[in-house]
Amino acid sequence: MAVATQVLQSEWTKIKSVRSTVWTLGLALVVTVALGILISALSKSNFDKLSPKERLTFDPTFTSFAGMGLGQLAMIVFGVLVVSNEYSTGMIRTSLAAVPQRGTFLFSKITIATLLTLAVSMVTSFLAFFLGQAMLGEHKASIGDPGVLRAVIGGGLYMTLITVFSMGIATMLRSPMLSLGILMPFFFLISNILGAVPATKKVAQYFPDQAGRKVMQVITLDDDAPYGPWGGFAIMVLWVVAALVGAYVVLRERDA
Amino acid sequence: MIELQGLTKRYGDKLAVDGLTCTVRPGIVTGFLGPNGAGKSTTMRMMLDLDRPTAGSVHLDGKHYRQLRDPLKVVGALLDAKAMHGGRSAYNHLLCLAQSNGIPRARVAEVLDTVGLTSVAKKRSKGFSLGMGQRLGIAGALLGDPQVLLFDEPVNGLDPEGIHWIRNLMKNLASQGRTVFVSSHLMSEMALTAEHLIVIGQGRLLADTSMADFIAQNSRSYVRLRSPERERLLDVLSGSGITAVTAGDGSLEVDGADGARLGELAARHQIVLHELSPQQASLEEAFMQLTAESVEYHAHSAPAPGPAPGPQPPGSGWGTDWQKKGS
Ligand SMILES: Nc1ncnc2c1ncn2[C@@H]1O[C@H](COP(=O)(O)OP(=O)(O)OP(=O)(O)O)[C@@H](O)[C@H]1O
Ligand SMILES: [Mg+2]
Repeated sequence: MAVATQVLQSEWTKIKSVRSTVWTLGLALVVTVALGILISALSKSNFDKLSPKERLTFDPTFTSFAGMGLGQLAMIVFGVLVVSNEYSTGMIRTSLAAVPQRGTFLFSKITIATLLTLAVSMVTSFLAFFLGQAMLGEHKASIGDPGVLRAVIGGGLYMTLITVFSMGIATMLRSPMLSLGILMPFFFLISNILGAVPATKKVAQYFPDQAGRKVMQVITLDDDAPYGPWGGFAIMVLWVVAALVGAYVVLRERDA
Repeated sequence: MIELQGLTKRYGDKLAVDGLTCTVRPGIVTGFLGPNGAGKSTTMRMMLDLDRPTAGSVHLDGKHYRQLRDPLKVVGALLDAKAMHGGRSAYNHLLCLAQSNGIPRARVAEVLDTVGLTSVAKKRSKGFSLGMGQRLGIAGALLGDPQVLLFDEPVNGLDPEGIHWIRNLMKNLASQGRTVFVSSHLMSEMALTAEHLIVIGQGRLLADTSMADFIAQNSRSYVRLRSPERERLLDVLSGSGITAVTAGDGSLEVDGADGARLGELAARHQIVLHELSPQQASLEEAFMQLTAESVEYHAHSAPAPGPAPGPQPPGSGWGTDWQKKGS
């Protein structure tokens, strides 16, 4: 449809022309990679102190992704701002007056932001992997090892999906502060805490981030999750789809 | 041409727009007047399908807004000067709008030139003054060279030069055969720009009339007379075939009379006059009178200096107002 290509182009101009795009995406990359390098280096120097069981379950690939827990927060900020900037600045009225077909507006915006996120996330994931492995020395994994390439690509997909999920939530909530106030503590703290407590683990393992993280792991010996890497990924995709459907349903009828 | 049919908007239990039916015609500037909270902005948002009508409909050249393929080529609107991302440059703001409606890039530079923002095109709009923001909003409205233009209080925050510029712009657009619909709460402003008037109060249509008719009907000129011998003066006046009405404060008002003639008449009969003053009820007063019943937010003003012509708005004080609203 001709109209959709116009709107995609317009959204690309929008995303390029604000500074927060470079800031948040750049921060996500730097934090993820730098922290991955740091933790990989620490793991190497500590490797001798690990117990035999810990050595057996040591996952060099996942270790190099250790920065993602923090880096994803910058991605969440990007995802939230892309959407809620429209509301906090009042631009939404100008935008919807220009594109009154709200589905076209929403999905064009999300498509452009997703493609950009995907590109940055993949670069981030591969950089974090290769630089992290370089730090690990003799304990490193190779990209050709079974499951490793899947995990590295999975790392890029995971970051992308977390961002898209944030866009869906931000569309429903409109306010950037409210969206960040819910998403950041949830993904940084609450989900991890609930995932660590045995009583709530059964539920928490179905949270989008916990399920999605599975695809980034290569060595999963002591893991009792009822799904495999792509199974966990599929659960995360379901969450994202639900958030997007919710966003569309809310936006379609809401007064701008 | 804009056609409103029974347009209604309810926010919770607040009826913001109440069964508005009217037509805005091309080729002239139509002024949309109403006091604060009358529902002007809400009506304009519904015209652009930003807010969903509770009932009724808006047709723009026969179509619903949402049916328009490239709406900016049909309708241009300035609703809120700040409806833009402050971190984006003026040029990029207009470019993303242009692209979304398949408007050629060259048009962006053209409208920037029209509104006089070429020199700051690459600057982020965050740093713009109110007037510059307003101009950028107008550039956005003109972008698609639309036949219908909506402006919500466009002169807000503009300096006299800017106001003059907007006034001429609107008249020019109308003279090119476009439909120009502009809201304001200043009657005096509209008297200078608009040829047709639509007045609303509390969401309801109060008047739909040409400016000329409104002025003819409402700009009453009269002479105020004050005399200690009022009864005798009344007799003398009626003896000469002049009708005078007694105003609330005891003075007499004679419509459309010549002050000199009244003075001579009084002198001939040796009647002492304490006052003889020509008066002109302004359009603003006529407008206030028209909307008095529906004014929602009365300011509690100090007693007006001198007797104000025309009846006071009923219940113009907090004391009675909250009772009215609560009911
Ligand atoms: N989103 C909203 N939610 C609830 N009430 C609203 C909303 N928008 C407007 N209203 C109410 O509807 C009424 C009409 O508001 P509107 O902004 O349309 O008036 P207006 O004529 O533009 O006033 P002004 O001259 O002050 O701009 C007001 O009482 C306002 O409080
Ligand atoms: Mg308004």
